[in-house]
Amino acid sequence: MNAETLLVRDVTKVFNLGDVQVHALRGVSLSVRQGEFVAVMGSSGSGKSTLMNILGCLDLPTSGDYHLDGVAVGSLSRNRLADLRNEKIGFVFQGFNLLARTTALENVELPLLYDRRHRVARPHEAAVEALTRVGLGERLHHHPNQLSGGQQQRVAIARALVNQPAIVLADEPTGNLDSRTTLEVLALFQQLNREGLTLILVTHEAEVARYASRRVELRDGRVLRDEPVTAPRDAVADLAVQPALEEES
Amino acid sequence: MKWRKLLKVALQSIARNKMRSLLTMLGIIIGVGSVISLVALGEGSQKDIEGQVASLGTNLLMIQAGSSHIGGVQGGAGTLEALTMADVALLQKDAPLLQGVSPEIRVQSQVVAADHNWNTTIFGVFPDYLMIRNFPLASGAVFGERDLATRAKVALLGKTVADQLFPGEDPVGARIRIRNVPFLVVGILASKGPSAMGSDQDDVILAPATTVLYRLGDGKTVRSIVASAVSGEQMAGAKAEITAVLREAHRLAPDAVDDFHLRDQTEINQMATRVTGTLTLLLTAIAGVSLVVGGIGIMNIMLVSVTERTREIGLRLSIGARPRDILSQFLLEAATLSLFGGILGIVGGLGGAFLGGRLLGISVVVNPGVIVVAVLVTGAIGIFFGFYPARKAANLNPIDALRYE
Repeated sequence: MNAETLLVRDVTKVFNLGDVQVHALRGVSLSVRQGEFVAVMGSSGSGKSTLMNILGCLDLPTSGDYHLDGVAVGSLSRNRLADLRNEKIGFVFQGFNLLARTTALENVELPLLYDRRHRVARPHEAAVEALTRVGLGERLHHHPNQLSGGQQQRVAIARALVNQPAIVLADEPTGNLDSRTTLEVLALFQQLNREGLTLILVTHEAEVARYASRRVELRDGRVLRDEPVTAPRDAVADLAVQPALEEES
Repeated sequence: MKWRKLLKVALQSIARNKMRSLLTMLGIIIGVGSVISLVALGEGSQKDIEGQVASLGTNLLMIQAGSSHIGGVQGGAGTLEALTMADVALLQKDAPLLQGVSPEIRVQSQVVAADHNWNTTIFGVFPDYLMIRNFPLASGAVFGERDLATRAKVALLGKTVADQLFPGEDPVGARIRIRNVPFLVVGILASKGPSAMGSDQDDVILAPATTVLYRLGDGKTVRSIVASAVSGEQMAGAKAEITAVLREAHRLAPDAVDDFHLRDQTEINQMATRVTGTLTLLLTAIAGVSLVVGGIGIMNIMLVSVTERTREIGLRLSIGARPRDILSQFLLEAATLSLFGGILGIVGGLGGAFLGGRLLGISVVVNPGVIVVAVLVTGAIGIFFGFYPARKAANLNPIDALRYE
């Protein structure tokens, strides 16, 4: 069994800003097993965004090894990195990054447009299924501006799921949401995680990290703490006690 | 790549900014539209000129008596009475590359009918003249060899003359008087309209050459002869034959200059073609400049579009688009924009050509080749001017692009 979905060993990242060298990561090691729900925490400048970009194959480390689902990312070409992102990674962003004036369904189908190896045989059906999974089966043809923030983020999550990735990377996914919608999105993450999805959630809010099963804290480009979350909270239960607000949309 | 999906994305993006897309396309629309309409009108007017030149006659050759040269005074063409009816007879006999020969004896005179009179030119000719000059008969009959032999007083009226002398009547069978000689009208010529030079080709009377020469003229002066070569390819051969026959008949020494002038219609034709050709080329060059300006407009708007959609590009890259996919997407968008402009330009240009043709009274020739070239050129312009913005988009760093505000 391929237990380690993600393996990072001694990764450093140095940015050359003119004369100044910025050490964003100073030797980070991390391994994530299949089915884990990891929260990566840290204040701004801790290197969590840099780590996220490297984990997401958007950037390459200066030194160190990175294996994703058995593939050594090392120094792949831009095209191979693109293919890897398409096949193994699902992204969820703080700002949703949905295409405006494009239906929820078309937004979710987008990654399959770049599915060169035709891993997903029926793109349309796969997109409908992903949207149903996040509870938006009724709103396939809505445009982003007809959806609430929480619903938009769920479309983005469906888009991250549609290519059956080895791992979903969520970068501050609740940063633009109110507390109740935050809980709804976290509940969805917990449900997907229970179904077997490997999740890495980057956040600076300790409150949000308490819904994960493991928490990794970065400071100054190093791992400060890496420990299981004792008694993780259940978002569904918290939703029940949260005072009900006016339903959006 | 899935081209249909890419095309859909391109069309959506163009439809999203309708006004902007239309304004961007305007340069291309004007460029293509002017090329299409100018070429259609240019080819149309060329066809008109060719038609007018052809109406002068079929493979027409014109022989005029040479200029006189007496005591250092150079007369004009035809001042030398060098051509005779004998020359005409020799050409008929000894020039096999001619399919018709006729003298053209001109007499300007007042012509009188019962109630009206009119000043016109009377041409003394052979029956072949109608074929040589492309002058079909509208009604009645042509005079024949017998009428030539007997110097018969018969005449064919041009449309203009018939209308002036016999308004609202059928002149065939009526009588007219030319210099007090009574003529019987035996036929009416079909209308040819104005010549390429603008003169009225219907303001004529045709009569047997002998009749005009001996009853109206001086009995010897044949100022010009017209002939028709058997085919367009044989024009040069026919000219050589005419020159040989006439030099022999006039007993010219080998070093003497011709005492006659020989002209053919290809000279007139070439001149007209050269003028319209130069004009079309010039205007097309101006239209080409407008196409380049239109292309720059497309490049400009594509650069704006790439900047506006930086986050979208970042997203596409992050979910697995290769730089090449982004390049294709923006190239296709630029090409589609340009092609749309091209198609609108073709439609507008053809509309403008037909409208202009009607207003100016010029024929319009729609050349499918030009339309195909216009489509290809606009597509190429889109790709050429779209390449720089598209490459800029494809080379974006996904991390920076995702964060772009």
